[in-house]
Amino acid sequence: MAGTQYRGSDIKDVDQFIKDAAGLESEREKEIGQHIGYRYDVNLVPDHDRLTPFLRNYMEFMGWDDLNWLEDVHMGYEEGKPAVFDRNVNGWVRIPDSIDLPDNQQDRDMIARELLLKFQMSDRHPLVTLRKAYTKF
Amino acid sequence: MSGISDAELRDMTQEERVNALGMTTEQLTGKSLYIEFDPDAQERFTYPWAPDVDFNKRTEFDAGDLTNTEVNARIRDLMAEGYGTIVLQNPRGKHSLAVGILSRLNLIIEGSTGYFGVGLIDGPNVRINGRVGWSCAENMMSGTVVVEKNAGSTFGAAIRGGDLVCRGSVGSRTGIDMKGGTIIVGGDTGALSGFMMQRGRMVVCGNAGKNLGDSMYDGTIYVGGEIRSLGVDAVTAYLTKLDKDWLTRKLTQYGLMPGRGVDHFTKIVAGKQLWNYDNLEPNEKKLIL
Repeated sequence: MAGTQYRGSDIKDVDQFIKDAAGLESEREKEIGQHIGYRYDVNLVPDHDRLTPFLRNYMEFMGWDDLNWLEDVHMGYEEGKPAVFDRNVNGWVRIPDSIDLPDNQQDRDMIARELLLKFQMSDRHPLVTLRKAYTKF
Repeated sequence: MSGISDAELRDMTQEERVNALGMTTEQLTGKSLYIEFDPDAQERFTYPWAPDVDFNKRTEFDAGDLTNTEVNARIRDLMAEGYGTIVLQNPRGKHSLAVGILSRLNLIIEGSTGYFGVGLIDGPNVRINGRVGWSCAENMMSGTVVVEKNAGSTFGAAIRGGDLVCRGSVGSRTGIDMKGGTIIVGGDTGALSGFMMQRGRMVVCGNAGKNLGDSMYDGTIYVGGEIRSLGVDAVTAYLTKLDKDWLTRKLTQYGLMPGRGVDHFTKIVAGKQLWNYDNLEPNEKKLIL
């Protein structure tokens, strides 16, 4: 059956996976009890008019003219909560409830990029412990 | 973890360090992280262990008589001394040059490199004034790499982030298994480019060979010239204003903007016909048997 047509559902609303944590919309998703595909548009390219001052400073510091690797960072949704996938720990990191979410994905993505960058560069990132355990002194 | 000093860790064997930091006591399967961002996290732009380099502090060295291991160690030593701009002379086509650089750096390679050059990098801006062999910037995480001439096959294999640019033409299987980032080819690309692409963006200003985007799961390919043929499950899509703005900005940034603009580019995405999930299989087998 797979390989004949797309059987997942489309993303229609920026809050879709907050309102519906399971994300089971199409018949096939309901049948298998699993959401098919990403819970955000991985192909959404960033709108540079929405860059935050922090991200502009980071680009300048690194000597880049654009967001570089952060172009692939988006706000996603895990178990009904907004979260960002951190490739360095291969897992989701959640957005605190104290942060108000904008009403569009572009601005949410900018928040996601800022939070992920600060987290990855901080001493509380799991890579710091991993490095201490396995580094060659 | 906080009770153990670096000095104490230094005196331990690796096994003792791993145990002392609790690395072997955690359940590794079926684990959900449940980590939350700290909204008050300090603003910093480098990893805690990254060397403090200054782009204005420049040096150069001759790699002609060094092995690739010695060249890579030399680059790390110079970064530890604070050099932020390094010119590498006479690379002589050596393999695996400038790999594993995990910090910001301006690196200029005056000549051509062999296979697996600048692989596994996370942050540097590299300019290669020559050609590159197979798998240039394999598994690149972030930064920019600009190759002034042509590149071999599997250019940007499994790239995860950053900009990888070849001003000339590249071989086959460009961006195979790419999981993010941007690959830009000023000339043509060979067969099976974008094979098993999972996400990220590929821009080909010239022509693309056979089976472009074969078995791609997601991501976007933009082609300015002719496409010999599309691969399985690769389909054309509508070029949006956001796509055009992004293409214009990116190509202008690297001096590859065509005189006639970007309206003629063809956009290729996954048709999502091949998306499969393990727990579909039992039902399918029942239907077949």
